[in-house]
Order: sequence, then structure tokens, then C-alpha cells
Amino acid sequence: MSTRTVLHEADIARALTRISHEILESNKGPENLVILGIPTRGVTLANRVAALVSDFGGLPVPVGSLDVTMYRDDLHRNPTRAPQPTQIPPGGIDGKTVVLVDDVLFSGRSIRAALDALQHIGRPAAVRLATLVDRGHRELPIRPDFVGKNLPSAREERVNVRLAEIDGLEEVTIES
Amino acid sequence: MRHLLDTKTLGREEALRILDVAEDMADTQRREIKKLPTLRGKTVVNLFFEDSTRTRISFEAAAKRLSADVINFSAKGSSVSKGESLQDTAQTLQAMGADAVVIRHGASGAPRTLATSGWITAGVVNAGDGTHEHPTQALLDAFTMRKRTFGDDSRGRDLAGLRVTIVGDILHSRVARSNVWLLDTLGADVTLVAPPTLVPQDVSAWPVRVLYDLDEAIADGCDALMMLRIQLERMNAAYFPTEREYSRRWGLDATRLAALGTGSMVMHPGPMNRGLEISADAADSPRSTVLEQVTNGVSVRMAVLYLLLAGATDEREDAR
Amino acid sequence: MTEVFLFRGAQLEGGEAADLVIADGVIVEAGTGLSRAGATEIDVDGLVALPGLVDLHTHLREPGYEASETILTGSRAAAAGGYTTVFAMPNTSPVADTAGVVEQELALGEAAGFVTVQPIGAVTVGQKGERLAEIGAMADSRARVRVFSDDGFCVWDPLIMRRALEYVKAFDGVIAQHAQDPRLTEGAQMNEGIVSAELGLTGWPAVAEESIIARDVLLAEHVGSRLHVCHLSTAGSVEIIRWAKRRGVDVTAEVTPHHLLLTDELARGYDARYKVNPPLRREEDVLAVREGLADGTIDIVATDHAPHPAEAKACEWQAAANGMVGLESALRVVQQAMVDTGLLVWADVARVMSRTPARIGRLRGHGTPLSEGHAASVTFYDPRPVRTFSSDDLRGRSVNSPYLGRELPGEVRWTLNRGVPTVVDGALLETPGVRA
Repeated sequence: MSTRTVLHEADIARALTRISHEILESNKGPENLVILGIPTRGVTLANRVAALVSDFGGLPVPVGSLDVTMYRDDLHRNPTRAPQPTQIPPGGIDGKTVVLVDDVLFSGRSIRAALDALQHIGRPAAVRLATLVDRGHRELPIRPDFVGKNLPSAREERVNVRLAEIDGLEEVTIES
Repeated sequence: MRHLLDTKTLGREEALRILDVAEDMADTQRREIKKLPTLRGKTVVNLFFEDSTRTRISFEAAAKRLSADVINFSAKGSSVSKGESLQDTAQTLQAMGADAVVIRHGASGAPRTLATSGWITAGVVNAGDGTHEHPTQALLDAFTMRKRTFGDDSRGRDLAGLRVTIVGDILHSRVARSNVWLLDTLGADVTLVAPPTLVPQDVSAWPVRVLYDLDEAIADGCDALMMLRIQLERMNAAYFPTEREYSRRWGLDATRLAALGTGSMVMHPGPMNRGLEISADAADSPRSTVLEQVTNGVSVRMAVLYLLLAGATDEREDAR
Repeated sequence: MTEVFLFRGAQLEGGEAADLVIADGVIVEAGTGLSRAGATEIDVDGLVALPGLVDLHTHLREPGYEASETILTGSRAAAAGGYTTVFAMPNTSPVADTAGVVEQELALGEAAGFVTVQPIGAVTVGQKGERLAEIGAMADSRARVRVFSDDGFCVWDPLIMRRALEYVKAFDGVIAQHAQDPRLTEGAQMNEGIVSAELGLTGWPAVAEESIIARDVLLAEHVGSRLHVCHLSTAGSVEIIRWAKRRGVDVTAEVTPHHLLLTDELARGYDARYKVNPPLRREEDVLAVREGLADGTIDIVATDHAPHPAEAKACEWQAAANGMVGLESALRVVQQAMVDTGLLVWADVARVMSRTPARIGRLRGHGTPLSEGHAASVTFYDPRPVRTFSSDDLRGRSVNSPYLGRELPGEVRWTLNRGVPTVVDGALLETPGVRA
């Protein structure tokens, strides 16, 4: 079993900075944005992205979390998961551009579940997807709008994202 | 979780998990669309051998909000009242493909007999068995106490140090028993108040203090006062002489409500005998949690059904 | 001329090893180093020889409840357990409260041929507790009934109990009381105590047994009668019997094997195999009845063998029937609870499981000594093996045993009923006396 580091601390920071600029560019500014992270590490990344977008855009951008556990289609295949909190910022999502943030995009099923969850919360004007790592192997027609790094991988390989707030260090590794 | 039969064997971690998931469920119940797709395709059977509209509706609402299919089976007028055994009823449900059976039965231990019999593979939730236990009631009571005490900061917290007093027919109360075990597990201090005839003969092993005087219990201080329904049939079996005497000595009237601190909550599992064990004023005061208990009941039961049904089936071990 | 047996080297009632020669239903010789031409020699070295066991309290269910057991199947279960005589309780359908029914039971027992079936007659008509049954007719019948009981029910009316105690004096009969105050045990499911409080099952308090025994020993003393107390189960009951015997009351008492071994903790899983009347009690009660049996306060062991069909036990506790089968396991349980713990020796076992029950039941020629001239009703028992009790050990029609899956010592190897073998080399014969 070998482990390779594909992103170091500085790489992650640069990727998030670039993503934040791309969000502002595509949205033509900071207005009407809501950033929602998908637990667990998507929330950490969403907080960072929201801070960067607010800083570059000159306007505070609301940030929150969107738990997708209840909407997954593979619940019965795994041991029972405890749901994580869903915190929608006070302004809600109706008519807003929601940017979903996750750490790794793989089969796309989490994002499909997230779209279902959003549907029960309100009616956004548009939904965009930002992911730190896209490792391919999509099972559904889902594509990211903003990507930190494209990481071709074999199915059996494991991609690990570690963030300081949760894991005490910053890295993205791939294990085979 | 394979079955939920009692709170006696429910560990602290598992109990907190249920309460925390119930918080998430409660959050979804505040949205405009209260429904979740989580248990789509699962079948929940409400197997009620005893009449109980309230509990059955609560479980039905919980299952439907998770998109499960619900089948209601009530014993009156069914094959059971014609003498069909628990075994035959259970095997019929198994043949119909029930994933979970919520059972309320007049015989203590019937849910355990059902769960360990090998007649069904479904998960079993005890919705009240004889005078033994009513675990989801205790869980919703604990959820309510926690919410009133900690508000939005409830997740992960137990009830350490909370003083709870339970008043009424302890001997025949499954609500009392379930609450005693769960409250103790969550760190609360429990006092029981009842006429001596309505306390089981030997509660020396229970983690409680027993008093016969309600005024003394209130004076000692309590954060939550839980009144239990008194059944008038007990009068005929010489447990107490008259309604009037019971109400005078063990009823929550205006005087006792005033003696209770304003920070204390008044609870009742329902249905209430207004004017007997609880006065109308007490039942309708802002300190009363009666309606919240009903709302919280749906969230807690959603959490229980989720934890029972959502996960992989091969994680289920023998419940014995 | 029947087969002649020469059993070599058994410990007679646990004592010195000796040989027994058995012919024509009688022990013709007992001693050491015996020989007999033409005899079938059987080596029983290491086995204990006991007089054929006598059960003063068995439910054979026939007439009326043949789905659970018949006199034939119950006799077979008894023989497999080392018994050669059983007293059949009268809670049949119709109730055994007339000469006709008890004679029918006697005849069925004789036809089966495995053990002597001695009918017990009801005390009151239909066991309803209202009017005395025709006790005299039953005593004079071919069944020669001497033991009368309403077992299953208590003779609760103190006046009826007094009259019954007085009435049976005329023929040296005895009333065997099922001590249970019905008003204190309405809806009762298990022993009242710590476990019942937790399980939410209505309690059967010890005082409901003790108060009836206390009353009955005083009544027996007052009218000068014999009294027998069935299935005594509590420490308090032992105390009362001890007190009564000290006063000179002519009272005897029995204890079941399950009350010598099992406690109410077993009710915790709501497994109705452990539901019985009187209920399993606390550890303190088990220790007290063991002590009572050891010091003679309790006179005998009686099984209260109570067969029930599967559906009466495979259900919720409240709906389940009370009772356990016990004939096949009795001797093994007594060994585990009393002999292996040093409380009784085998000679005591002979006394409490054979000699004294026969005496209380006034049955001559049963529970007799293992010596020349006496009836050859003998059980050869091997105390050495330790085996898991399983349904293979059950020989009756019902399987409601609390010992399934439990390790018990011992094995009945031979049972002879008046010289006729019923168990040979550990196997129950299809027909008594006929070996494959």
C-alpha cells in the first residue's frame, strides 16, 4: 500500500483562492450568493471559501451547511449514519445562487442527494458546485463548476483530504 | 439498533444518539416541506392490541414523514379478538413483508417475546407493553426536558443534575418505569411520589427516592414535575378510597402549582384527567410541556424509525 | 417363570457395594459375591441402587387433556426418570371427584404397565371449593384413594378445609393443600419482589402461601388430623412447618426439584418455560428449602410434573400456562442441588424420593427396602456423567422443561417395576419387560 501526497498546504490554499475568484467572476460579483458546505469537510472548506469571497468581493457572503444523509440512496448498504446539522443562513435560499462546496467529487450521488435536500428547503435561482478534488468515476450526469484539482484515480484507490480544523494538518493524499 | 424494547438496557451513548438525531428530525419538521425520502420503500406496521389513538397516530406520522409505507393493525374486531395468537399474527405480518413492527400490547414482555421468537425478521419497537415499559415516551420526555433546559444548545447534552419528580400510579405505570431507567442513565435525580399502595412492593434496586407526600417533594425542589394519569378502576381494587382523596393528596392543584418554582416544568404523558391528577390551570400554564411532548413525540419516533431501518441489514445481531 | 436378574456391585442407597438377585418381582437375595445359575448378569459397578422412586405429585392429564399427556406417556416419562410409582393429581376433565373416574385412571395405569399409577381424589366437587366430593366412595373404590387434593386451586374456605381434614381421619387419609390465597394472588404472574417490580408482572407474594399454611397447620392441630403441604416454595413456609412440627402437628411437606434449583431471575427474558405455580422464588428461598429438605422439615421431593402443549408456552408470558415437566429430570436435579452440594447422601435421597412419599400416601409395598423379600422396584442410577439436558431426554408428550440446554449430572440406567424392567441400559423400553 503506497500513499502519495497530491496537494500540500500551500496548494490547497492556492486552489481555494482561485475557486473564490472564479465564483465571483461567474456570478459577476458577490450579490445574492449563499455558500453551503456538505458535512463534514465540505463545511470547513465552505467557511474558508465564504471568507475569501467576502474579502475579495467586498460584501459579507452568507455561509451554512447542508446535510444530505436523509436523502442518500445507499443508506441500506452501510451501517446507520448519524445525520449532521443543516444550518441554512437567515436569508434562506429562495431566489439565491447557492454554491455547494464539498471536498471530493466521486460518483456524484452525494450531490444528487444535496439537490433533493435543497428542493425541500426552498427554490434557489441557480445551484453551482465547487469541489476541492474531482477524482472522476461519475455514476450520474453531475459536473462541477469550480474545481481545485482534477485527480484521475483508480476506483480502488482512496483519496484522503485532511484539514487543519479537523485533522490538525493540511494535505490531500491518494492511497493505492 | 435492531430493536427498541426498553430503556433499562439502553446505554447512554445510544440514548444520546437517539435524542440528537431527534433534534435533526425536529429541524426538518420546521420546514415548509416536512417530508424526507429516507425510508422510502420500507413498510412499518403498527400492531396495536390495545386502543391508543394518540400513540398510533404519532408513530404513523413519524413513519410517513420519512416516506415509509404504514399499515395499521388494531386488535379490536380483527382475527386476534377471535383468538388468533401472537405467533400467528406475527407470521402473517412477516409474510406481508413488514420491515418494522411497532407493537402495543396489554401483556408485559410481549414485544420481547415477539423480538426473540424467530417468528419475524422485522425490527421491533415497543409502543407500550402492559405495565412494563414505554421507551419512546421516556425518550420524548427526556427530549422535552433537555429542550426546555438547554434550548438550541441541546445537542450532545445529558440531564445531569436535573431533578425530576414523577407522581402517580407507579405500580401500574410503564411510563414511570421507562422514565426511571432513562433519567438515571442520563444523570438526572429521580423522586417518585405515590400512595403507598401504588408503589411496587420492592423498589430497593431502583435508582430513586420514594416519598408519599407530594408537598414535601415539591418543597425539596424539582425542575420537572411529571404527573401520571390515574385510572379510576384502581379505586375499586382498594388502592385508594375516593377520587376526592386522591386528588387532594396527590393532585397538582393551584396551591401546589404556586409552590412549584416558576422555572419548573409540568409534564404529563396524556391523556389527562383534568381536575383529578392535574388541574386545568396547571395543564394550560406556560410551564406545561404537554403540547411540546406531543410534537417532540413525532421527532423522537422519526429518529427511532430511522435508526432502526436506515442502516445495512447485516449489521443486525441477535437481540437476545 | 420370569427372567432372573443378578445385578452386581451397585452401591445400595449409596452404601457398600452389593449384589441383588431379582426374580418373580421380588428381591430374592442381597449380599456380596452372589451367583445364580441361569440369571442374566448385569454389571452395575459405580451405580447407585435406589428403591424405585415414588412421586406424590404428578399431572397425567388423562382423562380430558390428552394433547399434553396421557397416562401411558406420563408413565413412560416417569419410568425414564427412575420412578416406579406416581400419584396422579385430580385436575383432569372430568375432575377425579368420583369413584368412577379414579377407577378408570387406575385401570389405564395398569394397562400401560410402566409404573403404578395411584389416583389422588379431589377434595371438593369439581375442585370448586364449595362442597366436599364423595371422598369415602373414592377411598373404598378399587383405587383405594388416600390422598385428596384440589391442586391447581387452594381449598380456601377455612370451614371446608376444616371439614375435609376431619373427614379423612376415618380412613387415615390426608388432605394435600395447594397453599395459595386467591385474593392475594389475583392475576399473579410471578414471585412478587425485585424482579416483578422491574418486569411489570403482577406479583405472587410469599405471604399468600405462608398465610394458608399457617392457618392449615393450626386447623390440623385443632382437629387432630394429618396435613400434607404441596410444593412448598418460600423460606417463610419452611419456618412455619418447622414451628408446627415442633408443636407436634402431624404435617408433612414436599418441595419440587425446580424450587431447589431455579430462581425468579429466570423470568427476566419473559421466557414462559419458567412460568410455574407456585412461582420460582428468590435465591434466599432456594437456600431455605434446600436446608429444610436436608434437616427433615421438608419430608419429600415431588415433581409437580405439569405437561403443556407448545402453543401454551410459545407466547407472551401473561397468556402462557403455568407448569414444567419434571419426571425425567427430577433425580438429576436433586443430585445437583442436594447431593453434589453435600446436603443429602444417597440414603437420604431414597428416603425423600421413595420411602417417605409412599408412607405419606399410605401405599404399602412401595418405597420398600432393598433387601430380601421386598418388591423388586429398583432404580440403578449412574451419578458420574455430566450431560446437557435436551429434548432427547424427554419421554412424555410435552417438552416444557426449564432444563433444556442446561448441564445436569447423572443418568438413570435401569428401572425395574416389581421386577419388570422398564429402562434397560439407559434406554426406555417400548413395552415393559420386552427387550429388543
